[in-house]
Amino acid sequence: MTDGLGNAGDLLARLAANLASGGVEIVDLTHTLTPEFPVIVLPAEFGQCQPFRMEEVSRYDARGPGWYWNTITVSEHAGTHFDAPAHWISGRNLPNATVDALDPQTLVAPAVVLDFSAESAADEDFLLTRAHVEAWEAEHGAIPPRSWVLLRTDWSRHVGTPRYLNLREDGAHSPGPDADAVRFLVEERNILGFGTETVGTDAGQGGHLDPPYPAHFILHGAGRCGLQCLANLDRLPPRGALVFAAPLKIRHGSGSPLRGLALVPGGS
Amino acid sequence: MSEPLRPPPRKDPQAPTRPPQLPPQERSRAALGLVGAAARGVFALQRCGNCGTVAYPPRDACAACLSVDLAVEPVPDAGEAIAETTIRTTTDLYFRERAPWRVGLVRLDCGPSVVTHLHRDVAVPGRVRMVLKLDRSGNAVMMALPTTWSAPMADDPELRELTASPKFRRVLVTDARTPTGQAVVEALVKAEASLVFAGIAEPFKPFAGREKLEATERVQIVPLDLTDTSSVESLAGEIGGKTDIIVNTADHVRPGGLIDGPGVATARVSFELNVFGLQRLASSFGPAMRGRGADGTNSAAAFVDVLPVHALANWPGFGVHSATAAARLSMLQCLRAELRPGGVRVLSVFTGPVEDDWRQSVPPPKVAPRQIASAVVRALQEGIEESFVGDVAADVAARFAEDAKTLERELGS
Amino acid sequence: MPQIRHKPRRGYEDVAVCVPVTIPYERYATKTAHWWIARALSELAGRAGISHRDFDGLSVSSFSLAPDSAVGLTQHLGLSPRWLDAVPMGGASAVVALRRAARAVEAGDASIVACVAGDANEVDSFRKLLSSFSRFAQDASYPYGYGGPNGSFALLTDHYMRSYGATREDFGKLCVAQRDNALTNPHAIMKKPLTLDAYLEARPIADPIHLFDCVMPCAGAEAFLVTTVDIARDLGLAFARPLATIERHNPFPDDPVQFRGGWAMDIDELYAVAGVAPDAIDLVETYDDYPVIVMMQFEDLGFCRKGEGPDFVRSHSFTNDGSFPHNTCGGQLSAGQAGAAGGYLGLVEALRQVTGQSLSQPVPDAKRALVSGFGMINYDRGLCSGAVILEGDAP
Repeated sequence: MTDGLGNAGDLLARLAANLASGGVEIVDLTHTLTPEFPVIVLPAEFGQCQPFRMEEVSRYDARGPGWYWNTITVSEHAGTHFDAPAHWISGRNLPNATVDALDPQTLVAPAVVLDFSAESAADEDFLLTRAHVEAWEAEHGAIPPRSWVLLRTDWSRHVGTPRYLNLREDGAHSPGPDADAVRFLVEERNILGFGTETVGTDAGQGGHLDPPYPAHFILHGAGRCGLQCLANLDRLPPRGALVFAAPLKIRHGSGSPLRGLALVPGGS
Repeated sequence: MSEPLRPPPRKDPQAPTRPPQLPPQERSRAALGLVGAAARGVFALQRCGNCGTVAYPPRDACAACLSVDLAVEPVPDAGEAIAETTIRTTTDLYFRERAPWRVGLVRLDCGPSVVTHLHRDVAVPGRVRMVLKLDRSGNAVMMALPTTWSAPMADDPELRELTASPKFRRVLVTDARTPTGQAVVEALVKAEASLVFAGIAEPFKPFAGREKLEATERVQIVPLDLTDTSSVESLAGEIGGKTDIIVNTADHVRPGGLIDGPGVATARVSFELNVFGLQRLASSFGPAMRGRGADGTNSAAAFVDVLPVHALANWPGFGVHSATAAARLSMLQCLRAELRPGGVRVLSVFTGPVEDDWRQSVPPPKVAPRQIASAVVRALQEGIEESFVGDVAADVAARFAEDAKTLERELGS
Repeated sequence: MPQIRHKPRRGYEDVAVCVPVTIPYERYATKTAHWWIARALSELAGRAGISHRDFDGLSVSSFSLAPDSAVGLTQHLGLSPRWLDAVPMGGASAVVALRRAARAVEAGDASIVACVAGDANEVDSFRKLLSSFSRFAQDASYPYGYGGPNGSFALLTDHYMRSYGATREDFGKLCVAQRDNALTNPHAIMKKPLTLDAYLEARPIADPIHLFDCVMPCAGAEAFLVTTVDIARDLGLAFARPLATIERHNPFPDDPVQFRGGWAMDIDELYAVAGVAPDAIDLVETYDDYPVIVMMQFEDLGFCRKGEGPDFVRSHSFTNDGSFPHNTCGGQLSAGQAGAAGGYLGLVEALRQVTGQSLSQPVPDAKRALVSGFGMINYDRGLCSGAVILEGDAP
């Protein structure tokens, strides 16, 4: 089979060669899954997100002399994870909206990275607006359809400190998009999904926006996906990365922790 | 007047830790019949239902009338010490390590003469007040105390063996995020604990009272999440060798039952904290505590669990919560047997509904955190294995003792 | 309640007690109770000039036969007795065994009863024995400092000293006199003289009890025969007659602490049946696991009144050649306590003294001996007591 880029078999062979030589590098977008890794905090009367937990089954001991293994329990939405459209009520009636039903073609896709780390450092409640997106496009070109839009805030550097969730009495404080920005990306740029470094795709105070949690509501209502708790976005170019983001194939699952990877041009 | 206890010196790293021994363990079944009263701090002996004679040592028939109708019931605790000795040489390994040991013969006002542990401040001959306590092998024993009490008397070495006083001991309070946990920390500091480790899960989440905890002398905040095995293990790795008392104040409360409730995911969170949390504490801290049961003035002494009284019978409005409490109670029974070889006590502090966010719809009387705190300290100071805090807990316990089935039906109304 | 008409006590007709046997004690031995008892029976038979199979009665006292009983012992040792008794009464065993054997012989239930007591003493066996001694001790005594008998007798001693003004010097005097007597006994475990100073300076065990107030547990056996006068004469054996005996268990249960033993209930009958008064007694063997009990026996056996024990002690020497010869082989305090054989020690010694076979220094003109037994601290006091007056049969 061929396309405009030439023979696909040759392409994969060249990719392999470039991976081996460093011409193409792999960036790990994933945080280590630990019990301490914070999860989203909802009002206490609601069900809560189960943090990652691990119980040793045996470790070359009386419980299993020759092998080491663990039992893990974890929410679908803990650690670096994937949100399927069915995660939100706006997506509940969509077809193929759970992780097991996603088209594998969507699990590998190009990504653009919108760097608003300076703005986020200046304002912990920074909201990404349509104007911010348009300004980015003016510099880097239009966001291609069916791509991941990843918001770089450098928030992942706060992992392990209280500033990551940044909880106060009035809730969490962390950057995210406003409703217009999300609507623009979905309706006018037809993106595949939206990814963040924070614990959710929405801002910490996103519950006070209209609609509440606009990224969740609008993305999932339109059948789009979310990625959160991403790492190493600072190692991705504004355009040109290829993201592998494949959740576990959980029947009727709303999301899943994953090992997210990005292919980027070497030396970038 | 006796000398007050002195703070223990730092441990000599070259000296081996004294392995724990237990006082004589074998008892007849009749003698075991006193355990319940001793566990609750009640002075009770067998009394003949036919002739009223108080019988001791425990027996199977009344020596005055041969009736076999002998029931353990509270009896007057006053008596006269008429003879004393100080045991200095013994073949028993437990007493050998603790000699000299003062023993007396007391004529109880209610009849029998009893061989008893004798407080150092009791004059012989002289009046005494008797108490029934559990010794380190979990058996009921008597001790004669002075009739007037002053604070240093609590330092009597025999009394300390029969209790788990927090004085000069290092205590871990597992959840200091709540008002109950903070009240317990404060009460332990006041009771002269040498150090209180205040466990805080998810330290990145702010909580009320943090500044006060941080400012309190002899309190050290430590990260501890009972739902996370690695967290419990790593704290035990740091402080397990110097944790003399654990007070488990953690309790995940959500209203609801099995049908009318938040479902398995949330029930599971309750079980993770309330039940498996207890197991994690036991398995991580238990071995070192059991090995340090005889480690001097600040030996490992007790594991205290503050648990809902509805462990005894389910309260359907908090049905899942009651179920976790029941599992917790069962685990405590297991732990009690497992820690006994080290002479480490397991003390259950049963509480009625606590005044907190989750029980706003529960009518009073509710238990205030300071009530729980003083019950915890009293349980330790007096070695009380089962205490009931607040009117609801006392009421449920009394009904449970009468008939568990009736209680179940009453709570289910 | 109907009036109970008690049968009057009566003495013994035609009963001979003979062949006093002591198998020399050892502090610790690997030998079993069976071994010690076999040695004693062999000695009994040898000295009587008969086979052990000729014993048609057997009375056994031992704490360390388990899992065997007296029955098992008959097969183990090849006896076929027609009368068998086990007397688990510690320090009262010999008096009780003699009482029962004498009645059996009188009634014709047996002709020659071998009465034997013996116990093993392996390292640590004393501790194991104590911990399983009695249910009340297990439940209500040992959990308190585990003083064992030391602790129990310490309480009695403390109370006795408070009540009657006895001093450690008084107890010391008894112990020193017994040691003096023991030095004349080749079998005594204690071979060194004891001074009052050494007694007073000894280390405390359980106040007010100090080292020399305590007996030394050891292994050994004691035995004697009870038979008819005719048989004793036919065999050419020197013998003594039991003039009277008493036995009592759990006396005065309402006494808050033990300050008297069962003798106080029965002593008048002992002398009445024997037909002698206390001043007709030539030597006294008391049960002396602790000196306070000796003093109590002087009172309860009628040698002085209650509370006068200390004065009585101050007015006698208690040596074999002095006034009031007492515990003439050294007693258990100096000869050693071989378990249940401790209960036999005084009776066997008295039998030697009144039949002219003494190993220790003979008491001059010893004709009549009073032997007293006391035993079984079940909880806070000794429950068993007994006494016998033996009179040597003039050849």
